[in-house]
Parts: sequence; C-alpha cells; structure tokens
Amino acid sequence: MSAGANQPEFSPNTFTMDGIEIPFKDGQTLMDAALAAGVYIPHLCHHPGLTPHGSCKLCMVDIGSGRASSCTTPAVAGQQVSNNTPALNEARRTLTQMLFIEGNHLCPSCEKTGNCTLQAMAYHLGMLEGHFPQFFQRREVDASHSTVMLDRDRCILCELCVRASREVDGKNVFAVAGRGITARLIVNSPSGKLADSDLEIDDLAAHICPVGAILIKAHAYEIPIGWRTFDLRQIDEIGPEKVIQARVGHTDD
Amino acid sequence: MNSVGRTERTEPLNVTVAGACAQSRHLLEVLCILQQQLLHLSDQTVCAVSEHLGLPVGQVESVVEFYSFLYKTPRGKYHILFSNCPSCGFRQDGRNLLHVLCDRLHVVAGETRADGLVSVDETSCIGMCDQGAALLVNGIPITRLDSVKIMRVAERVETEVALSDWPAEWFRVEDNIRRSGLLLKNGFAAGAGIRAALARGFDATLAEITRSGLRGRGGAGFSAGIKWALCREAQGTAHYVLCNADEGEPGTFKDRVLLHSHADAVFEGMTLCAAVIGAKQGFLYLRGEYRYLLPQLQTMLTHRREVGLLGNHILGQRGFDFDIEIVVGAGAYICGEESALIESLEGKRGVPRNRPPFPVTHGYLGQPTVVNNVETFAAAAHISLRSSAWFRAAGTEKSMGSKILSVSGDCSAPGIYEYPFGVTMRQVLDDCGARDVQAVQIGGPSGTLIGSAEFHRTLGFEDLPTGGSFMVFGHERDLLAMIVNFAHFFAHESCGFCTPCRVGTTLLKNGLDRIANGHGTQYDVDEMKRLGILVKQRSHCGLGQTAANSVLDCLHRFPHVFEQRLAQDSHEPCFDLDAALEEARRITHRDDAAAHLD
Repeated sequence: MSAGANQPEFSPNTFTMDGIEIPFKDGQTLMDAALAAGVYIPHLCHHPGLTPHGSCKLCMVDIGSGRASSCTTPAVAGQQVSNNTPALNEARRTLTQMLFIEGNHLCPSCEKTGNCTLQAMAYHLGMLEGHFPQFFQRREVDASHSTVMLDRDRCILCELCVRASREVDGKNVFAVAGRGITARLIVNSPSGKLADSDLEIDDLAAHICPVGAILIKAHAYEIPIGWRTFDLRQIDEIGPEKVIQARVGHTDD
Repeated sequence: MNSVGRTERTEPLNVTVAGACAQSRHLLEVLCILQQQLLHLSDQTVCAVSEHLGLPVGQVESVVEFYSFLYKTPRGKYHILFSNCPSCGFRQDGRNLLHVLCDRLHVVAGETRADGLVSVDETSCIGMCDQGAALLVNGIPITRLDSVKIMRVAERVETEVALSDWPAEWFRVEDNIRRSGLLLKNGFAAGAGIRAALARGFDATLAEITRSGLRGRGGAGFSAGIKWALCREAQGTAHYVLCNADEGEPGTFKDRVLLHSHADAVFEGMTLCAAVIGAKQGFLYLRGEYRYLLPQLQTMLTHRREVGLLGNHILGQRGFDFDIEIVVGAGAYICGEESALIESLEGKRGVPRNRPPFPVTHGYLGQPTVVNNVETFAAAAHISLRSSAWFRAAGTEKSMGSKILSVSGDCSAPGIYEYPFGVTMRQVLDDCGARDVQAVQIGGPSGTLIGSAEFHRTLGFEDLPTGGSFMVFGHERDLLAMIVNFAHFFAHESCGFCTPCRVGTTLLKNGLDRIANGHGTQYDVDEMKRLGILVKQRSHCGLGQTAANSVLDCLHRFPHVFEQRLAQDSHEPCFDLDAALEEARRITHRDDAAAHLD
C-alpha cells in the first residue's frame, strides 16, 4: 500500500475515494469516514451506532486490486478506494435485484413505498426490473403484536432490527435462523410470535427496518404517497439514517 | 450410538432435556443428543433446552434450523442419509441407489414413513470417497454400497434389526493408504514430539516450526509458525487451540485417515501449539459425519491423560497444563471456515465473522486462538520430533514438506497418497491408475477444474494449492452433471449471511439445472458467467468466493459441455409453462389434452 514515486503525498490520516481526499480518525471504517465527509456509499445493512454487519454487500468498494465491505473495513492512510464506478454500481444493481427476487416485494401494495430504502436504492442504481426469475418463497406474516407487524415477505435479512434490539433497546427480540436461501427472521419468544416478545412501539427495532418487513400498525398512509421521503429526495442526498431518525421521532402517540 | 429399539419415551421432556444438558456444556452436542433420543427437536424441546441452558430461545431455534443433522419434524427410527458427492454418492454404475432403497421401503426421499420407522434423504459428501457409494444410518457410515447391499439394508430396517446386529463388515472403513511420505511413513510414538520440545525449549520449538516453512494444510496456506507467534503475542485472559477437523470439502477424506490412524500426532501438534501460545484448553471440532470416530478418539485422549501427555504438569513440567475436548458438528460445510467454526463452538449458527480482527487476536470467546487443520498439527508434531531441516528436505521453495491427497473418482486405486509438494498431476494420475482422464477437480468443488492439456501442472502454493481433494473424472463422466452437483452443494451449504452468496448460489443452481435439462440458451450461459464472477468477487467468505469456481473453470476449459446442451430456440421461457398449469388442472379436475400445452 506504499505510495509510488508518482503518487501524491498523503497527510497522515486521509485516504482517497474516487480521487477525493477523505479524512478519518483512528478506528473509523471507510464507511464511517465517508459518511462523515458527506460522501455516499450505497448501503442497506449499515446504520451508524450499530455494530457493522457487512452482509448486504452493497457497500463493497475496490481498494487497489482488492475488494472490501466499506462498513467493516478500517480506514488506512493512503488507501486508494474506488466507490462510485460503473462496475461497482452494476454489481450493486445486481445485488439489489437479488434482494428483490428473493423476497416478495410488491411495491405498489406495500405501505412502505416511498419510504423504503430498498426501493430508493433500486431507483438510485437505475434498476428497471428484477431481472432474475422470482423465487416466490412462502414466508410467514406475524400480525400478533398489538402495535407492530412483521411481514417476512419483505425481509432482506439485514439484521438491523436484530442489532437495534440488542445494542440500543437492551432487549433481544429478533434473530436469524436457518441457513442459505431458507434463512429467516425469527422472534425470540417461546411461541415465536411478536405478541409474546417484549418488543414495544418505542423500540428502535420497531422502526429501523429499511423495508416494509416491520411496520407500525394504525399509522399507515399518514404521509400520502408522493410526499414520502424518497418521493422528495434521492437516497444519496440523505442516506437511510436520517429517515430512521425521523421515523423514531414520529411515533410518540 | 444406536437409538433403534428404544421404546416410546415415557419420561417427561424436561427430564430428558436435563439429562442431555448434563452430558455436555455445548449447545450443539446437547441438541445432537436430543435429536438422537427424540428423533426431532420440537418447539417444546427448543424451549426446554433454552430454559435449562439459560440461553435465549431464539438462539436455540436459530441453531436447530442451521445444521443439517437437526430436525424440527420427526425422522425415522432408522434415519438413512446417502452421500450425494460425485465420488461417494448414490449414483453408482448408472443406478440411483437412493431411489432403489426408497422404492423398496416405500418411502419418499426427505420424508419420514407414516409408521415412523424409517426416513431416507441425501446429504453432502460424507468423506468415504475411496470406498464406493456410502450412507450414514443413524450417523454410522456404511460403505461399498451396491444394490444387493441396499436390499439387505432394507430387510433389516423392515424387520427392525438393531444396528449392533447388522454385519460388522458393512461398517468397516478402510484407510486405503496407497502412498506414504513424510507423515504417514514415519512412525510417531506418543509423547516423542513433546519430549523433543521440552528438551529444546518452547521458544526454540516455535522457531523450529517457523523455520520449517510449514503452511496451513486446509488450503489457504498461512504460515503455521507466524500464526502461532501472532497468537502468542496477543493479549487475552486465555488462549485457545482449535483443531479444524470439519473436513467437508467433497472428495476429501485425509483427515478421516489421520484421525483414525495417526491421531497421536494430531493431538501432540495441538499440545505443542498450546505450549507455544500458552493455552490451557484445546478443542477438536470433528465434523458430524465422523462422529463414528468419537469413541476411539476419546479413548486416546483418556490414555494421553493417563500417561501425562495431557492434563496438569504435562510430562512433569510445572505449569504446562493443557487438555483437549472434542466437539462434534452437525452437518454444515461452512463450519470448516475458521471463524464459522468458532461461532459454532460458541453455540451459534456457523456464520463467518468479519475480519479483522482475526482469530489469532479475537477467536474463541473473543480470546487469542490458533485454528489449524488436522494435517497441519500432525506435521508440527513430526517437525518438533525430527527438525525443520528434515521437513524442508521435501517439497519446493514455497511449499515445504508433503501434502496428503484424497484421491477418488475414476481410477483403479482410490485412497490416500502422500507426496512431496511439487508433484505433477500426471504423476498422481499414473500412480492411482487413472486412464483416459477427461478432467481432475483439484481441491474439491471450491478448487480448480483442470483438463488433460494441463496435467503437467504441479501441486503446491506456487501453482495449484489444494486442501487435498483430487477427484478424477474419466471420459465417460458427464462434466456438466458434476458442475450441477457442485452448484447444488454450494446452494445447500451457503450460510445465508451475505446477499451474493445466499441468492447467487441458488441462482447459479437454478440456471445450471436449466441448462442441464436442455432448456438453456446462450443467454443463460452468459448469465452464469456474469453471476459467477459477482458471487466470486463480492461474497463475504471463502465459501461464496469459491462457489462459482467450478462453473467458471468449466466455461473456460470445457465450453462445449454447455454448448452441446443448449436449446436451439433462443426464446426459451424461464419456467416450464406446462408445469405451471398443474395447479390450475388440479383445481379444475382436468387433465385432458386441451388442458395441456403442446
């Protein structure tokens, strides 16, 4: 990773991303540093403050000839990182298509439309169709809870809810069970139902879902379609983080 | 070992669960014991285990659903799993032995017969590739299967003969050591490696291991000496030694033989590592398919404790305390990945961790941990006994010593072959009696597919690194069927953590099925290539990063095996239109000609 003779000199704690110099603090990941510098790296499973996961792989960047998930890779001075390149964005588009066809994402009938990070990501990456044949997996809906509902059809296994519950809410409501294409979100309660868990409407885990898998009951369509977050702004302008912050703020009922 | 003949459970569930929890402190082992006793792990069992062990019910459930040998619905009293590997799989000499048994027992593959007596299914390679088609009955391997033996198995199942009364000969597993080198030729007296290390000093022993150039034998080839040194320097409240005996790569069985006939060297290598890094506790993670080796390995550990080679003050050396525990897996190839193995050992799903940090600093329970392959530990023990110079005398500049190969497939003498690194493929093929060879799959499905034009290539880190699998495909083999087999394997074994591997391995599987079934077009072939590269480049761990190797290799070296299977029409629908009408026909009670497409 040493800079060659013709390379520019780097100040101690910066790396370059697509030619832009980005400062970082010791221990920061590429994602942390990029977000702090206002540079957007597409991501679905990352949320500042939660343990990085590295599973959606949308934040993959190229470092020299190597590849890494920017949310889990520590920044190193002098690194030359490629992020917003046609090849990476094509890979990201394919990964987004994979997430669409793996689950059952019917945007027009989903309450989350317009507020959905996956949908916004698809628009951002210029995805026009699912491309691959749908898997049409049968997935269980859990409407047992009084205020929160879980529709696994839309789950993308990002585990944001799993981490939010453990790391912020101080609970342990969710887990992922199984493996491969049959991996599924489960509820950590004797019956496996949300109603028997200690999930409460004010928990971050109830609001952090980037898609329409975890929805708050009795608040549907409070914001009309056309006026929703991603109807007004592109995902790379704000990132999903601010959407979630706004959402948590909205639920004091 | 044998649950057959057990009467219906009469004791309350929580007594059974308490009994299992008393037998092991490892969640996976508790669940395996209960699976054997109860034939499945119901929601009630999951809750009871969670209560007894004080673990979240979600954790227990997530583990039950992760491992292939744990079931939510009851299996038969005789639970039979055929290997589906190309070498020890159920397709032998044009016959499908799994179908033969299912037909004879009137059971549907994957389901349990209505009377609860028997269930039959397939499983990933069980490591018996040098002894014909093989199956596991209640976890115990039966090798050298043919349709005659299948009929006799069926008879014993139907008449409920206890496994202990089945012919002992059926359960014999041969070593089949065909060529011995450094490790297999030289005898190893228990304790000899430790005595040499005590005489030399542990610092000097580490230096000797490093000087030997020993690299990890699992395939990745990281320097064992450097790994041990890094772990020794790492701060922690405890250090651990893990032996990776989760030999799951289809076509690999050398660890089975090392553990069966050379386990002293393996345990001794672990003990030496413990001395170097300052570990008090070691684990050998044994793949579930090799559970039949457990009693013998336990006996050996007991013996080593008795003669002062394990336990406190090993060989009288004050403060040299170390013991080894064996933990058995439950059917998950991914647990051969070192960080997934650690997760599994901690009672979780076998999902590979993000790295850094690496296990040498943050491994088992977050503490500094060395994970090495069975063969690496055996080699380390020999090096301690005989010196680094002895080891370096064999092999090449970057690949010191020897490599034990598991040779299987279309050859007259499948078995274990130990060569100095640098041996050519041609030499191995000549020695194992392989004639008329079309291709060799080196290093298993995750390795490299090589055609006859390149048989001059050499095995070693300079050219073709390998964990040891060497599958020979003769000209009669349908190469595409092999690639399809491997694609199914990876889709089945993907842990599901990252998008490219979870979804991509299933898309590869579906696409290759389509091509193999004659419905593929050039578009599908191009898609396989595009997908393969994505899965290889963007996956989280070694499983995904290698899952597309065989399809990409085959596209590169044997493009005709795809081309000759393609449909002539360039507009093949992506699904079977007629089959898609089946549900409509069923609902409308129609099956006439007009209800079918042409």
